[in-house]
Amino acid sequence: MRVIIDTGNYISAKAAQMAKPDVVAAYPITPQTTIVEGIAKYVEDGEFSGEYICVESEHSAMSACIGASAAGARTFTATSAHGLLLMHEMLHWAALARLPIVMVNVNRAIGPGWSIWADENDSVAQRDTGWLQFYCSSNQEIFDTIIQAYRLAEHKDVQLPVMVSYDGFILSHTSMPVQIPEQNEIDDFILKRVPQWKLDVDNPVTHGNIIMPKDYPSIRRAMQDAQEKALELIPEITEEWRKRFGTYHGDLVECYRCDDAEFILIAVGALGAESKVAIDELREKGRRVGLARLRVFRPFPKQAVVELAKKADLIVLDRNISVGMEGAFFSEVKAALYGSSDAKVYGYIAGLGGKDVTYKDIEAMCEKVMDGKYKGYEWYDLEGE
Amino acid sequence: MAIKDMSLEEIVLSGNAACPGCPSTMGLRIVFKALGKKTILVIPACCTSVIESLYPYTSFDVPVLNIAFEAAAAAASGVVSALRMQGREDINVVVWAGDGGTYDIGIQAMSGAFERNTNFLYICYNNQIYSNTGIQRSGATPYAAWTTTTVGGKREFSKDMGAIVRAHNIPYAATATVSYPEDLFRKVMKAKSIKGPKYIEILAPCPPGWRFSMDKTVEMGKLAVETGIWPLYEYENDKMAFNGKSKLIFEGKIERKPVEEWLKLQGRFSNLFKPQRDEERLRRIQEYVDHMWERFKQCRD
Repeated sequence: MRVIIDTGNYISAKAAQMAKPDVVAAYPITPQTTIVEGIAKYVEDGEFSGEYICVESEHSAMSACIGASAAGARTFTATSAHGLLLMHEMLHWAALARLPIVMVNVNRAIGPGWSIWADENDSVAQRDTGWLQFYCSSNQEIFDTIIQAYRLAEHKDVQLPVMVSYDGFILSHTSMPVQIPEQNEIDDFILKRVPQWKLDVDNPVTHGNIIMPKDYPSIRRAMQDAQEKALELIPEITEEWRKRFGTYHGDLVECYRCDDAEFILIAVGALGAESKVAIDELREKGRRVGLARLRVFRPFPKQAVVELAKKADLIVLDRNISVGMEGAFFSEVKAALYGSSDAKVYGYIAGLGGKDVTYKDIEAMCEKVMDGKYKGYEWYDLEGE
Repeated sequence: MAIKDMSLEEIVLSGNAACPGCPSTMGLRIVFKALGKKTILVIPACCTSVIESLYPYTSFDVPVLNIAFEAAAAAASGVVSALRMQGREDINVVVWAGDGGTYDIGIQAMSGAFERNTNFLYICYNNQIYSNTGIQRSGATPYAAWTTTTVGGKREFSKDMGAIVRAHNIPYAATATVSYPEDLFRKVMKAKSIKGPKYIEILAPCPPGWRFSMDKTVEMGKLAVETGIWPLYEYENDKMAFNGKSKLIFEGKIERKPVEEWLKLQGRFSNLFKPQRDEERLRRIQEYVDHMWERFKQCRD
């Protein structure tokens, strides 16, 4: 175990290198770029033994990962915003083909106008692709989650791709100290990939051909079962990691000062980290409020949310907007509670397009609810303008 | 190489869903005989993705990866890299794509794979239309051809895909048609022996798409060569070499037949002949063919 200090993106590149993928296929996009640069440096220095395919688009990055994974390889890619959107078709393809590809997505707003700053709309828009989705709040969590993602994706009962997201610039370009286990410890943790199917000249099978309506629903159902299995496996994997390496960021949800809370703030990614400061401030003032930082968006931790709502009313903070409805996490939290809870759920949209959200802002949002001044679903960014 | 010398092993199995007279299965049968069973096929959306079978069956005796329309060459890149990591460079990785998946929606991925010097064989079976979706125009559809999206005949000529491919300076590119199986077989064998990106484009006369009788597929390909609208050539080490009757045409040993002889047998060009001859468009097509051969000659000189 050693500690290195580096940016979220270089930590991603380090995790990708240590996971020993056979094939990396990637295309540069701000703010993901330093990940592909980091991997290129490992290749140049002889510290990465896999194949590195510098493709001509993100669509091809995902397609190449699909081809490689279908041939039995462990694969990695990374992207952001428009790159992720260009991949969209192939994200479905990877998941339906049950290929355990691991991808980093650096959350960035969608244009026009061109925006390179943090916003979750890129990955939230991939909600229904069948990918598992994690959101990180520190560089240590980025490293740990990428490694854990391989263990999870390649588990025989999951066999689905995993996306690890974190906020552009706020984490991608900010240096933090990160504990890095030894290579042999990582090898022992991840295990070897045992493909459940692969392109094999000794066992010629046609994969992905026409499927009739009578058979199609069962492949969707199998994906659903695999995601539900992942809900059980994620806490096991994070717990095993804690025992081996000592770092821990919660399982499906990270709860912070939730005991005796009357209100629980639900936040994601770097906003989740910022929220801890706000919670500390509010607790100083004697407010009974805690934080539940959702680490996983798919599979959605329904039961964990129901448990939170048994203790407290919920305040949901979204750095995304499903235009025509509301923030995605707000919708999903309410859907999880339907029929199981009478807890009140309050919602805010904040930080779109990288708009700065400070702990003071988060404190103000919580206090508004707690003081009975909340007047309905609110776009915090636009208040007072 | 004569047909009798080809392997008797059939990798295209019986019971596939091709139309009678389908050039795709004719071509694949020969291609597979050259490639053998140590082959992985990557197929984007095209007629072959229908022909191959319904899940859980297959009519191909090699592993097949079906992939999205525009993604074949990129997916093949991934397969090639994975096999190299496994020390299995003895396996042929082959894309089998239609003209829509090559000329149009798949051109970017193909260009990228060529530029990266990917060790694979890209085969385009060109029936000059989106036939799987019911005969729509593609970038390969010839001038004046009827399709369901060019009801009065296409107003543009097709892309010169040969020139586009050659501009990538890949080690081997060739044209073929299903009408000359020995020529196709030899070209696939040659491509198989070369490392790096290889491209073979097979003219695939499509009975329902071109509107001709299902027993005329071979004849239609032969006439395309004899009229010069489909030249057979190989491009290797920056040199063009013509094959078969195209060689004789290039060397001036035989005359090209008028392109009209090819056009008039196809219902898709009936608008050139009925209700009366469209002299203007017929002349433009003949000039297009003449000009193509002029350019070939200038390249030599």
